[in-house]
Amino acid sequence: MSPADLVLFEEDFRSLREILRRLRQESGASVVLLVDKNGQRITSVGDVEALDMTALASLTAGNVAATDGLARILGEREFSVLLHEGEKENIHVSIVAQRVILVVIFGDRSSLGLVRLRVRQAGAELERTFAEITQRMDREPVLHSGFEPLLAEITDEDIDRLFSE
Amino acid sequence: MAFVDFSAREIHCKIVYYGPGLGGKTKNLQYLHERTAPSRRGQLISLATPNERTLFFDFLPLDVGSLRGFQTRLHLYTVPGQVFYDAARRAILRGVDGIVFVADSQEARLAANFESIRNLEKNLREQGYEIADVPYVLQLNKRDLPSAMPADELARRLVIKGEPALEATAATGAGVFETMKAIARLVLLDLRKRRTPSGFSRATAAS
Repeated sequence: MSPADLVLFEEDFRSLREILRRLRQESGASVVLLVDKNGQRITSVGDVEALDMTALASLTAGNVAATDGLARILGEREFSVLLHEGEKENIHVSIVAQRVILVVIFGDRSSLGLVRLRVRQAGAELERTFAEITQRMDREPVLHSGFEPLLAEITDEDIDRLFSE
Repeated sequence: MAFVDFSAREIHCKIVYYGPGLGGKTKNLQYLHERTAPSRRGQLISLATPNERTLFFDFLPLDVGSLRGFQTRLHLYTVPGQVFYDAARRAILRGVDGIVFVADSQEARLAANFESIRNLEKNLREQGYEIADVPYVLQLNKRDLPSAMPADELARRLVIKGEPALEATAATGAGVFETMKAIARLVLLDLRKRRTPSGFSRATAAS
């Protein structure tokens, strides 16, 4: 596996969602989500039904990728925080553990100062969680083969059938 | 980087349409968007200039059905074809699972096709991939134009690793679905072949 790979298990998800849930509650945000830098949503909490989360994840990752390019031009490693201010809604985007994007959507029930403070605290917790996941992956690589049976069972016919539905 | 969510029972794959400027990459996605039932596709997002040239990317999530009980979702992206948008192209290749190279069949664009393939190889390498290892399909687009080169000659010159070469006219939709299916097939076969996936999740709660 490449260094960018990340394998998350159920207990990891529970920990991540608990951190996001607390962040949302303490910051008064409407939605908090984690996106990987390739544009895949990892998990989210809050009023997600009203939003196109797939598009949101993809655009956020594009936004971060473009900003990474800007940072390189200036000789920075990254710009770790992005902020978009609207009339009613705002988006706070930050990079966690250099690989995951933390997105907080908040309105006038909250304030930028509060979001910043809570994001800093949650960011530190997320960093610790991802560090533990990475350490576990180094320590117990055999666990990752749990994925194999699903893929090994897929036949050519299964794939052909996909498009005949 | 394919992403498998065990709780939501979904497989997500990232496919990038690459190729020279004005070659028809966006047209491919527009046609797929038009001709797919709304329940099986998301929004088509186009980050384009005011004169409709791709500035950053187009994005279309497409649901292609159930694979052993796992809903299979393709995340289709295009890159901006114009030479000077190289940084954007590199960024979009991040985590790619499969590539469609949309070649412009016109003889006058042959050099642009070659340059774009070389650029793809370079940008993939910078992202830690070798093109030999990445699922890859060649689409010979604009077959309807009188200035199009013979398909077999064009394929002979552009095929780089024995990949499928499909003829298409994205403006009318000919060959567009066939191309998408060909790359989806290669990506899923590649996923099966890998001893471990690039990334996957086992969420306890769908979100």
